[in-house]
Amino acid sequence: MSTHTISLKVNGIPYQRTVEARMLLSDFLRHELRLTGTHVGCEHGACGACTVLLDGQAVRSCLMFAVQAHGHEITTIEGLAPDWQSGSDPEEMHPIQIAFREKHGLQCGFCTPGFIMTLVPFLAENPFPTEAEVREVLSGNLCRCTGYQGIVEAALLAARMMRAAAVTRSADT
Amino acid sequence: MTTTSTTYFGKPIKRNEDPRLLTGQALFTDDVDLPGMLHVAFVRSDYAHAWVRGVDVSEARRMPGVVAVFTAYDLGDYWRPGPLLVPPPPIQRLVFNIRTQVPLVKDKARHVGEPIAVVVAESRYLAEDAAERVYVDYEPLPAVVKLEDALAPGAPLIHDDLGTNLNAHVIQEKGNYASAVERADVVIKRRYVYDRGTAVAMENRGVVAHWDAKAEQMTIWDTTQAPIPIRNGLAAMLGLSEHQVRVIAPFIGGGFGPKIMMFYPEEVLIPWLARKLNRPVKWIEDRRENFFATTQERSQIHEAEIALTRDGRILGVKDVFLHDAGAYAPYGLTVPINSQCTLLGQYDIANYYTEFKSVFTNKPIVTPYRGAGRQHGVFVMERLLDAASKELGIDRVEIRRRNLIRPDMFPYPNVIVFQDFAPLTYDSGNYEPALDRVVELIGYKQFVEEEQPRLRAQGKHVGIGIVTYVEGTGIGPYEGARVTVETSGRVSVATGIGTQGQGHFTSFAQIVAEQLGVPVERIRLVTGDTAEFYWGAGTFASRGAVVAGSAVYSAAVQVRKKALQKASEVLEVPEEEIELVDGWARVKGAPHKAISLGELARRANPLRGAVRSGTEPGLEATDYFGPERGATASGVHGIIVEVDIETMQVQIKRYVVVHDCGKVINPMILEGQIQGGVAQGIGNAFYEQLHWDENGQLLNASLMDFLIPTADVVPRVEMDHVETPSPLNPMGVKGAGEAGCIPVGPLFAQAVEDALAEYGIEINEIPLSPNRLFELVQEAKARRAAGLPAGR
Ligand code: FES
Ligand code: FES
Repeated sequence: MSTHTISLKVNGIPYQRTVEARMLLSDFLRHELRLTGTHVGCEHGACGACTVLLDGQAVRSCLMFAVQAHGHEITTIEGLAPDWQSGSDPEEMHPIQIAFREKHGLQCGFCTPGFIMTLVPFLAENPFPTEAEVREVLSGNLCRCTGYQGIVEAALLAARMMRAAAVTRSADT
Repeated sequence: MTTTSTTYFGKPIKRNEDPRLLTGQALFTDDVDLPGMLHVAFVRSDYAHAWVRGVDVSEARRMPGVVAVFTAYDLGDYWRPGPLLVPPPPIQRLVFNIRTQVPLVKDKARHVGEPIAVVVAESRYLAEDAAERVYVDYEPLPAVVKLEDALAPGAPLIHDDLGTNLNAHVIQEKGNYASAVERADVVIKRRYVYDRGTAVAMENRGVVAHWDAKAEQMTIWDTTQAPIPIRNGLAAMLGLSEHQVRVIAPFIGGGFGPKIMMFYPEEVLIPWLARKLNRPVKWIEDRRENFFATTQERSQIHEAEIALTRDGRILGVKDVFLHDAGAYAPYGLTVPINSQCTLLGQYDIANYYTEFKSVFTNKPIVTPYRGAGRQHGVFVMERLLDAASKELGIDRVEIRRRNLIRPDMFPYPNVIVFQDFAPLTYDSGNYEPALDRVVELIGYKQFVEEEQPRLRAQGKHVGIGIVTYVEGTGIGPYEGARVTVETSGRVSVATGIGTQGQGHFTSFAQIVAEQLGVPVERIRLVTGDTAEFYWGAGTFASRGAVVAGSAVYSAAVQVRKKALQKASEVLEVPEEEIELVDGWARVKGAPHKAISLGELARRANPLRGAVRSGTEPGLEATDYFGPERGATASGVHGIIVEVDIETMQVQIKRYVVVHDCGKVINPMILEGQIQGGVAQGIGNAFYEQLHWDENGQLLNASLMDFLIPTADVVPRVEMDHVETPSPLNPMGVKGAGEAGCIPVGPLFAQAVEDALAEYGIEINEIPLSPNRLFELVQEAKARRAAGLPAGR
């Protein structure tokens, strides 16, 4: 089996690793880098649980090989609020994470990292999303527990929180 | 529970477990990573029914990275059929033929995906490579795929020694149906088909086992809903003491029933492999495996009839059905018994004859999946009432109302034996207000009288549905809990059940918080780890909040007593004058006279000095709760749909639920359970169907082909609650885990039938799909063209 040496940045940290050509990016993140917040629900691109950011865009890490991430920058759920640790103040999480808790956007939490990573670029590009737009963008992610209502509300709340934060930031400058 | 105002109980408190889940720090089974860990891939049967004449593993064994390959014959005495999990209830004349699953196929494969060999390698990739080099010599046999073929003369025998494919035959009766027919003005008969679905928890199953040879200790991480029974069973199988086996059910990515099946072959094999090879071993199911190696639910065919008076009073119901057990039946009769016992629903019906035959087929094993057969019973009853409503010309809400059990009739005896082995008795309920509320919320009258005619005139196909149901919840045997105040003032709570997203970390903390006056976020809950709590049964039948919750409550009440007693000694005032607030025991009206709970805990466990003999140290209590019988929750769902007559897509315009699950611990969590349950019900009604070919091959074993509902099709569920406390537990709670999904099938059918009323179709099956609706409409048109009456 051929191997390749790849260099990439994950959550801002540079890594160099030698991997088999066939290793999935999802397996690489989970089992090589031990970033197990990225979940795997289907390994055929259908559920969205494995969604991460590749150079800021949402991608399904089970549909990519690790070697394809060579030279790119990946962000996983662990990279959203990097300083947050168990026991920290929940309010110090990323606004989308806070909004999910606020609106009960998760039950078992298995699908949650994928939903959140799908929303990160979406809300960055659409600060004023409608409910229909949110449902549309989330329709590629499967959740079996929540019936989506809490997730949709969390996305809309996160948009409001992030807009408010942007206003505060621009007022500060 | 006092009825005075509460601080924590009944409040929509945000969940304690969320931050860990939201930041990617929660441990799921596949996240367990141990040094030297080996990985497993299974070789599974390609055939639904075949003799296995030989398994050639020699090439696989030589593949790179392969540590071992085992077949059934390598297991020696460890190869044994699994235990019968739930013995049949004590019902007279009951026939029950036990056949349970085996760890690996020895002679005959009985469903697609049944494991035949197991490959252990240094990585999952290598294990899968080698699994492809295991050669199985099959002699294919004709398969029993259709439920109605199983008992036909000359049907292939699945368990040859049995001489029949009959798994069970059960007859139960309340009153005398024949007498009801004699007095009836009308008797309506129908045939109903309810096909099987699958749970599709987003997390597939998995097991990791670690054998520490020096400590002689086995640790197992398992995606199970029942860690304690798994520990007990595995200890016995492995010849270890229960104290040598620790089973941890960490965060679980959705359970819904199939994760309480015991014992899956993989669950039995992975610990054995870890011990045999003396290295940690991990197996994680992939999605394809999940479609046939994880248990499924539902396939029943009902021949039902209802006897009524002219004014719509139900005199009796008769239901005879076939139930598909799949290839083995380790879970006993839970699912078909639930169907029998849920059928009568909210209605006062004096005469009921119910009979079923459970049969073996060459399909994956059937065990409870959310609703666990209840929806089948509800489907039959509600569809019968819809047929009666049309035949008698009585409005569908009215015919239901006329038959509701009245509040003064509780406890209401339904006589037949339920899954908890006791005669079914509804503990409490108040059904009419919920029905009224749904009628009002959805604007039934206005819709039927104004909106629907107006929209129909515009060529739109809109329909409304309203159905009722009950849900037997919170059954025994028992659960336990331990509540401990630590010297830091933090509180820890341990129970034996597993948790799969129901929010137990928070709702149980609320129960304790209410008793001890400690903020919820300072209460740490441990569930699903046998090292933390020894006794228990598991999370099933919507029983977590009821049974384990009541145990938590009783233990917390005892700790409260201890704290008050100790505080009274220290503060030198009578107990009645002390209140527990914000982690302090303080004198009412004199809050400066106070001592922290942590300090009380420290004093209750002194390092020196004398303690009265017989005194238990610490601020801690353990208690158990076993309900005398299940608590019956209930509800009413309403829906408005629009059918696009070109595509036969069904759009849900409104969805209303009014639900009664007794006292509510956390309304936010409850509403999440209902919303999620409704989504699963919608999937079951319109999106999800397993398609098998005539050989028993599953044709749509992927999430590309098996569609579960997505965010763009699941509507917001509008909810309201009625609260009829259960007298069967101290908090008055009833379970809620399955309520959302139970009545969706008949609701959907009623509304779609209404929307397509101009074609005169009748829907007697679930799941539906655009294709199926198209066919039904075509059939109806053809019937009309032939001058036949509308209907079936
Ligand atoms: S695991 Fe990648 S989409 Fe499902
Ligand atoms: S919260 Fe369980 S799958 Fe979404």
